[in-house]
Amino acid sequence: MAKRLLSGSEILLECLVEQGVQYIWGYPGGAILPTYDALPKYRDRIHHILVRHEQSAAHMADGYARATGKVGVCMATSGPGATNLVTGIATAMMDSSPIVCITGQVPRPVIGTDAFQETDVTGITLPITKHNYLVMDIHDLADAIREAFYIAASGRPGPVLVDIPKDIQNQKIEWEYPTTPLKLPGYRPPKMATQEQVTEALKLINEAKKPLILAGHGLMMSGSTNEARELAEIAQIPVALTLLGKGAMPEDHPLVIGMMGMHGAAASNYAIQDADLLIALGMRFDDRVTGNLKTYSPNSKKIHIDIDPSEINKNVKVEVGIAGDLKAVLTQLLPGVEQNSHAEWMGKIRDWMEDSDERDIIHRDTGNILLGAQVINDIWKHTGGEAITTTDVGQHQMLEAQYYPHKRPLTMISSGGLGTMGFGLPAAIGAKFGKPDEEVWAIVGDGGFQMTMPELATAVQEGIHVTIAIINNGFLGMVRQWQELFHDKNYSETPMFSPDFVKIAEAYGIPAMRITNRSQIEGAVAFSRSYKDSRVPVLLEFVVEKEEMVYPMVPAGANLHDMVRRPKVSEE
Amino acid sequence: MPDSQQQKKHTIVALVQNQPGVLMRVANMFRRRNFNIDSLSVGRTHREDVSRMTIVIDNTRANAYKVMSNLLKLIPIIDVADVSADLHVSRDLALVKVRSNDAESRNALTLLCEKFPARIVDIGPDVVIVEITAQEEIVEAFIAEADQIGIVEMVRTGVVAMGRGVRILDVPDEEEALEMSANGHRV
Repeated sequence: MAKRLLSGSEILLECLVEQGVQYIWGYPGGAILPTYDALPKYRDRIHHILVRHEQSAAHMADGYARATGKVGVCMATSGPGATNLVTGIATAMMDSSPIVCITGQVPRPVIGTDAFQETDVTGITLPITKHNYLVMDIHDLADAIREAFYIAASGRPGPVLVDIPKDIQNQKIEWEYPTTPLKLPGYRPPKMATQEQVTEALKLINEAKKPLILAGHGLMMSGSTNEARELAEIAQIPVALTLLGKGAMPEDHPLVIGMMGMHGAAASNYAIQDADLLIALGMRFDDRVTGNLKTYSPNSKKIHIDIDPSEINKNVKVEVGIAGDLKAVLTQLLPGVEQNSHAEWMGKIRDWMEDSDERDIIHRDTGNILLGAQVINDIWKHTGGEAITTTDVGQHQMLEAQYYPHKRPLTMISSGGLGTMGFGLPAAIGAKFGKPDEEVWAIVGDGGFQMTMPELATAVQEGIHVTIAIINNGFLGMVRQWQELFHDKNYSETPMFSPDFVKIAEAYGIPAMRITNRSQIEGAVAFSRSYKDSRVPVLLEFVVEKEEMVYPMVPAGANLHDMVRRPKVSEE
Repeated sequence: MPDSQQQKKHTIVALVQNQPGVLMRVANMFRRRNFNIDSLSVGRTHREDVSRMTIVIDNTRANAYKVMSNLLKLIPIIDVADVSADLHVSRDLALVKVRSNDAESRNALTLLCEKFPARIVDIGPDVVIVEITAQEEIVEAFIAEADQIGIVEMVRTGVVAMGRGVRILDVPDEEEALEMSANGHRV
């Protein structure tokens, strides 16, 4: 291809096209204006979605990335535009989601002068990006973009930000797409295990009497869910899931025993504490997963396989730590895994699961009181467990994790690490762009929803059909739960007024329904589905019990086996 | 010291791409991960595009791994090594301004410079500047004695270090880079 005279903005957009970018979630402003000026020329290849707040642009790019495995792209102007991205970038960083953020910067001659809308965005985002660039020479621009995409998507994925001064966007040079290899001499994500590691790991796996697989998000990001399933099935090893690991194995699979951690299934937590071998795959022993580290799984040996070497031995000391790509490493391990049944161990776990069933509130008649747990359970039932769900953070999130078993990878999208309120709606919109043929539900609380509620307008403007299920308990529910358990019911600043959500929806032209009784839920799901082809979002407000508790619960820092359980009916 | 292993110092060297902001990335990572460092020094190498950092940490073996694996996560870090894990040479340089306004202090200083690998590099009527280049412990010992005479100002470079023999920390070529990443552990 011959050289052409192109502006920095056009070079940027050419590079995005070359990277296969179809969507940009963004918001224009002074310092990014030249790029927005060039955007219409690329309209046939890149679709720009105008958001209502830059935080949501990052969440939408994130939701898109998590649903598709592709890199999501967001764009903002300098100063406040860029700082508004920060929460979204930190969310993507904590959950290893590949997004590329493009920000405009003030022109080079005024950088450092506190110019209008100037912010040191590469400085601000340094600890919350996998890497970032301030492009100070137009000849470096294309490589910065190419590297950004490569770094974001490879190894342990994560957000990469590219800050481009306005004068570089305007500058024109004779340009053609570079074909030179990227110069990243220090970037070498690990791949395989050594033969020694394979031997040690296999010895532990084949000798274990009470093994347990801990399945994390990494399994899905590395595309190795089939390999993990094979490992589990050959040796009949039960599988506990992390929050973001939901979907790594079909949750109706007989070996899957449930989520682990603070609000995990009791059987999973007991199994972790009782196991003689933990096989941790693509997870990072977060404090919400381990509880008290000193008493965590005291009798087990541990194998930890993760792409990030700094995760090995970070929180939990392991016998075999393998920094490598899960697909490559599991492929190395599988031929040596011996068939096994572990019948006695599975029997013990089944007993714990039955005990949990007896305590489960879902099997109780609560009369006219609607519970969040019932709402999620019935949405699951009536969507066939096939929907892509997104959540904010809090009680509704944990209820989703407990009562919406997922069958397929990449169908549960939640802010796990950062715990970001307001993530659910924008993430759902982003996910729907990536998976237009799938049913997408944003399951949110009344608190979190009000943080990014203006994105209803984005969904309407773009003709995006997602269903927003607000679990409205009139409280910041999880904070209230902590106040009830640990602060003598001192409900300091947790009761919350909300507007009439149905009327809000009407103002946006969004079909909406308020549900106050369990018998209405099936109809509500049908109501939402009736708009499937009409390209509008649907809002469902579920008015639920104000003081519902999420059980079981491992209080922060407590031993994983010391769960606060819901009493059995016979004990009440 | 209650446990010499606990107190053991590690000297980590890192090759980094010579580009703006690298020092900030490293310093920020140390702060964010709550790693305490004794000293950090940066300088150029024989390659224009590569700088070299020497970082001394006062920690256990496991934490040296944490430091190194987190350093390697930074994209411009090319490679790292714990040179203190094997035979190595390390040097610290100090410029020490010492009181020398009477015969007694001048005599003491002369004796001190004979005893240590130190030399007087600037002489004034009231103070002299002494330069000492040595292993960190020797510099420490010198400073302790010079302080008896009266230190009024001091600056140190921090330790620089290099492994002995043919163990060479260099930018890997493509083939070596592939092998390093295939090898499971980068550290």
